[in-house]
Amino acid sequence: MTGSGFGVGRLRWHWFAAFAAALLLLPLVSETNTPTLLAIWALFALSLGLMWGYAGLLSFGHAAYFGLGAYTYAIASFNIGESTAPLLLALLVPALVAAIIGAMMFYGRISDVYLGVMTLVVTLILNRFMNATAGDAYRIGNARLGGFNGIPAFPTLNVPGDPGEQIYGTPYYYVVVICLLGAYLLARWILASSFGRALVGIRENELRMELIGYDVPALKTLIFSVSAAMAGLAGCLFANWAEIVTPSVFSLGQSAEVIIWVIVGGLGTLIGPMLGAAVLGSLKIALGSQTTVDNSLVLGAILILVVLLIPRGFAPALVAWRRRFASAQAHRRQARGTRRRHVVIRDADA
Amino acid sequence: MSDAAVETRELSVRYGGVLAVNNVSFALRDRELRCLIGPNGAGKSTFFKSVTGQVRGGQASGRVLIRGQDVFGWPTHRIVRLGIGVKTQVPSVMSGLTVEENLWLSARRTLGRQGADAAVDEVVAELGLEGFARRQVGELAHGQRQLAEIGVVLANKPWLVLLDEPAAGITSQETERLVAIIRRINRTAALIVVDHDMHFVRMLDATITVFHQGSILVEGRTADVLADARVREVYLGSRAR
Amino acid sequence: MDYAAVVVLEILYMIAFLALISAGLAVVFGMMRVINLAHGELVMLGGYATIASSKAGINIYVAMLIIAPIAVGLIGLVVERLIVRFLYGRMIDTMLATWGLSLLLIGLVTLIFGNSAVSVPAPIPGYQVGRYQMGGYNLFIIATSAILMFSMWLVLRYTRVGLIARGAMQGADVVAALGHNPKTIYMVTFTVGAALSGLAGGILAPLTGLLPSVGGSYIAKAFITVITGGAAVIAGTLSTAVVFGTVNQLVSFASTPVIGEIAMLALAMVLLRLMPQGVTGRFFRSST
Repeated sequence: MTGSGFGVGRLRWHWFAAFAAALLLLPLVSETNTPTLLAIWALFALSLGLMWGYAGLLSFGHAAYFGLGAYTYAIASFNIGESTAPLLLALLVPALVAAIIGAMMFYGRISDVYLGVMTLVVTLILNRFMNATAGDAYRIGNARLGGFNGIPAFPTLNVPGDPGEQIYGTPYYYVVVICLLGAYLLARWILASSFGRALVGIRENELRMELIGYDVPALKTLIFSVSAAMAGLAGCLFANWAEIVTPSVFSLGQSAEVIIWVIVGGLGTLIGPMLGAAVLGSLKIALGSQTTVDNSLVLGAILILVVLLIPRGFAPALVAWRRRFASAQAHRRQARGTRRRHVVIRDADA
Repeated sequence: MSDAAVETRELSVRYGGVLAVNNVSFALRDRELRCLIGPNGAGKSTFFKSVTGQVRGGQASGRVLIRGQDVFGWPTHRIVRLGIGVKTQVPSVMSGLTVEENLWLSARRTLGRQGADAAVDEVVAELGLEGFARRQVGELAHGQRQLAEIGVVLANKPWLVLLDEPAAGITSQETERLVAIIRRINRTAALIVVDHDMHFVRMLDATITVFHQGSILVEGRTADVLADARVREVYLGSRAR
Repeated sequence: MDYAAVVVLEILYMIAFLALISAGLAVVFGMMRVINLAHGELVMLGGYATIASSKAGINIYVAMLIIAPIAVGLIGLVVERLIVRFLYGRMIDTMLATWGLSLLLIGLVTLIFGNSAVSVPAPIPGYQVGRYQMGGYNLFIIATSAILMFSMWLVLRYTRVGLIARGAMQGADVVAALGHNPKTIYMVTFTVGAALSGLAGGILAPLTGLLPSVGGSYIAKAFITVITGGAAVIAGTLSTAVVFGTVNQLVSFASTPVIGEIAMLALAMVLLRLMPQGVTGRFFRSST
């Protein structure tokens, strides 16, 4: 499904620094409410892009872990009061659930379509269950699950150790951006490691990797768990942004959207999913504020067109274009006789 | 005989109503080279798969011992970690990756990162893959792909190598090269080679085990087996040259 | 005794319901390995077609049994020609494109019919079973579902068209070698599948208020019924419909409908895990 090579070349630190700087300096020129949400969605898309693009595991219900992160945070912060532990739990609970479900699927050799179906079913179960938890009977500790209406007004993120100091507004934007950049670096680190390369091998030919001696189900379960933790973090950050969690975090729509972001942005890269989320997310917000053109219609049309025309998404197409451009440049330089040690870009560095 | 590289004792594999492998007791010594031949459906591939734990959907009974270790019921990756390299009947490699990347993944499983890099260079040199080491395996010609797969099998330094139809679809020049490679492997590892190409089998001149209808029909030296009347009868119509 | 009769009727209804909404998806998946995630929306369109024609004065039975399948069948034909036929063999891409299609259809219907529920009354009155008031229309649904399944089985098993279709399912190139154009077969199959979805939507239209978003509730159940059923179109769909319908209703009666639905979903996961090829991949292997 993606191009050749293990997929991540060396990190171009200057590009990364520029990108990080741009994100961190944004508050100087714009409000931060919308960018925070876009960054959260980018993190969510990154989690799926990591698992799908590099290990070849398509989860049709990744919103399950996004939602679990959100709900875990809300419930835990009601019960604990200070936000550091709930934040950690919002990472651990999705990771654990994913590990269990993943192990069940991968050790049962479920793959492809059936993987998609089972992950979809998990999300449906969570959605149905949470929708039906109205009434006082449904509570975990101090937190009422609230059914269809969800859980409002839980304590939001505070400075670690100081429950009175809430983080919101622009400082919260910085927290989200740091999380996003950190997750991106983590993803890169994983992919550059032997573990990450083994995942690419598994995506390419599972049987051969097994015959070489890799424990394929274990590796798949591990990346599934990591991806779920990342999605859970995004969910937790979303909960703090929205200041309410409702069962819509588990919706089919949410699962569909993240898949669309990843595939439009570019499967097989890390930047692609993040860009897809940012661009399509902005589009969704812009469309949501008017009623002439329906949001579903536009999103649906985009998805159909992308699948038919650019099945690998925009980022790989852009990368290929840049590669052609760079090698054309190199050829011209050679023709002109200029001798310069120019490293030809071989892999996508995003 | 617990020092046998591979041993099966009364191994049987049944698929529904068909007894694919029928009470087979087989033994291979360390660093021995063995050929498995037999007509289609004789049970060679199923036998092969039983050794590596790949039999799924069938009922197996009996014992499979790798260097004395009973591996019956073990998952494949655990069995091959004992030091076995497997080349499948249908070439199985990571087509979207380059030859070097394929080799690296194999070598890395037993060596550290530095060791893996070195092992890749070693295998490339040994098998003569320099010309296409940086190309995507999916783009290679069939013979090159077979060679690449053998490289992948060897890269993690197995002491037992199972080759399922390595001579299928390659030219006679490539076949000679293959025989040389097999001899070189045999200096340090035991080998079981399954194939239909009798010219190739003769060139190997190893002990041959003949399978027929799930059982071992005959076992012996190449010249004796190929002259055996029963073998000729069972093999009527094969490419005996 | 009355209660038992009610339970049995509810179970039968659930089985019929599942089989009905799954039929279209099963044909398309069973024959062509195409997973049409816009299936729920096709059912929804059948409902809207029925309600619109009924409100225009056409007899409700004609609207649901004739107009709905034809209208949605035509839509299916257009979809196949414009989108699906480029993606055969690419299972994940088909799922994604049809998911996009489902969003598109929801958007279109919202634009045309608006966001408030439309409905049409059930043409068959209720009846009494002992102390319980039952919906009469449910019996109609059970009957039509059974007739539909039986007709489909007859066509597939005993007609020439059915034979060609089953052949194409086993191997497109073999059928092509015999002189039949697989592309035409796929086109017709997809259209028929869409028509069946439309028919289901039409028949179910009088049950509740119709919204553009109802497709979502159909697709999940149809999906798990078909995938867990396995490759055999009729036997697969029926066997899982029976299992799921029974479990859903029994658990619902014992607790709440939500738990019933969750039990069904959880059972689907267990079945898929135990039988990755679907029920008819393991049992009833040579059935249609």
